[in-house]
Amino acid sequence: MAATPVRVRGRAPAGTRIRRQLPVSPWLFAAPGLLVTGAFVLYPFFSTLVNSFTDRRTLLPGDFVGLANFRELLHDDMFWTGLRNSTLYVLVVVPALVVLPLLLALLVQKNIPGITFFRAAFYTPVVASIVVVGLIWVWLLDERGLVNSLLETVGIGRVGFLSDQWLLLLSAMAVTVWKGLGYYMIIYLAALANVPRELHEAAAVDGAGPVRRFLTVTVPAVRSTMVLVAALSSVAAFKVFSEVYLMAGPDGGPAGEDTTLVMLVQRTGTGLTGRVGYASALSVVVFVVTVALMLLVLRADRREES
Amino acid sequence: MSVLEKVRPERPVTARSRPPRVTDEHGRRVRVGELALRYLLLLAVLALTVGPFGWQLSTSLKGTTEDIYSSPPGFLPAHPTVHNYTRVADTIPVWDYALNSLKVAAANVVTNCVGSALAGYALARLRFRGRRVTTLVFVLAMLVPVEGIVIAQFTTMRELGLNNTLVGVVLPGAIGAMNVLLMRGAFRGLPYEIEEAAYVDGADVWQRFLRIALPSVKGTLAVVAIFAFMGAWDDFLWPLIVLSDPSKFTLTIGLNYLHGTFANDERLVAAGTVIAVAPLIALFACLQRYFFRGVGEGAVKG
Repeated sequence: MAATPVRVRGRAPAGTRIRRQLPVSPWLFAAPGLLVTGAFVLYPFFSTLVNSFTDRRTLLPGDFVGLANFRELLHDDMFWTGLRNSTLYVLVVVPALVVLPLLLALLVQKNIPGITFFRAAFYTPVVASIVVVGLIWVWLLDERGLVNSLLETVGIGRVGFLSDQWLLLLSAMAVTVWKGLGYYMIIYLAALANVPRELHEAAAVDGAGPVRRFLTVTVPAVRSTMVLVAALSSVAAFKVFSEVYLMAGPDGGPAGEDTTLVMLVQRTGTGLTGRVGYASALSVVVFVVTVALMLLVLRADRREES
Repeated sequence: MSVLEKVRPERPVTARSRPPRVTDEHGRRVRVGELALRYLLLLAVLALTVGPFGWQLSTSLKGTTEDIYSSPPGFLPAHPTVHNYTRVADTIPVWDYALNSLKVAAANVVTNCVGSALAGYALARLRFRGRRVTTLVFVLAMLVPVEGIVIAQFTTMRELGLNNTLVGVVLPGAIGAMNVLLMRGAFRGLPYEIEEAAYVDGADVWQRFLRIALPSVKGTLAVVAIFAFMGAWDDFLWPLIVLSDPSKFTLTIGLNYLHGTFANDERLVAAGTVIAVAPLIALFACLQRYFFRGVGEGAVKG
């Protein structure tokens, strides 16, 4: 937008210019987008809110039941398991995705020969489908897979990455970080390009080493980008589904202990006997936590700023 | 391969026969030791990010007689064969699934490009009552997490009789609110004067849109197209919910099915994943700059 500071919006004689256009055509332009958004995003959103107060099922319309679904949530062990796992996911994945891509961006920032190849290569996991990525890692972390045969070769022995409840969750988190690295790296690269070189030079003249310069020059300069990455990645991490579904299986690993909240939504709400009402109540929890996470990140940002 | 060997051929030989200098983006010289360390780190990260894809490719090319579980592992297939690719097609209709994915992705590209260009133009350039409210609708829609509404989307599709159809797979993401806002931003970034001139010459709104505005935002449109294609090709949760008939499966759902049913044969799963990922890697290799632009623009808007 910076390129055109012209008064595109607030021009006084605009009315005369637009009058010749038929009054209906703006709506014709916007209609397809509004229709799709209304019918398949906003309507489902409101119907999720409404359904959460009913006992609706896939094939039965259901009745209003007040807060019964939410009361049931409180006593549902699976809900607490899902909430715990999704929260853990945020706590582990977000710090990793705020820091590691920044380091990676610093590594690929300098225009040395072949660097565009490396940048593109590091982005490959972003392009691949999460299903492909999940299956690749299922095979890599298999009891007899590559990682375990390497571990055995160096004498550590085989590890049950995909059979232990906690290792499974950790492995899924690692896959999420692995797939997200390149995406956030590009965001950081754009931010780093705007860090004035003079700052680095001044700090270097003052005798600051690379680590010191990273902490006192780079980090403050890309701070707003770090907040953005934290916000984006925390929302995405809380809604995690595919990685865990693929690695732990549809039932969420041993005794379902690796179930995440969205997996629970999918499991309870789909199929011919799906409990749409209860799944909607779970979805409402997903909304609320998502919004809360956003506000939390933004607030932490503001507090630090002042 | 030493660092210098890597460096030398890429620098044009200058008239003064100095040794080649490697410089950073500010034209300052990079020290050789630092450079070596950088390449070492780059290669390590390369092994971590691309290595897994290579291992998958290697596994898919190993014959049934070759031990894929050996320790130490055999990185390259001893007798490369494409046998697994024909076997995977015998096990699940993988080419039909690929065709379904292609249909869904192509439809998603068309609807997103057309729909978001039209709506974006209206929001950016046309003056009408309710324009601000309409913009707000798209902003709010962008903030709704898809994962929270899939169940309601599914019941909506059932009501429309579109569950278990490819149309049902495409519809919810057919015109992404984020794409509408991206196009709006692109149109607003154009100088108004040209359109004004066209208006004075008597061009109506469709002509101004099609002949003048649209050709100027091709770059953003390409970003929308690419991300629409990638999003549809890679999507998992929604097709998993809306499709139940195996003949309608897209590639990602088919792979999940293959994995669930034939998990014991890693060669087959590997071949399947290679089929699913190869088109996207090819697309990415050809259109890199649009991918990166899309991420940058998305970040600014986010």
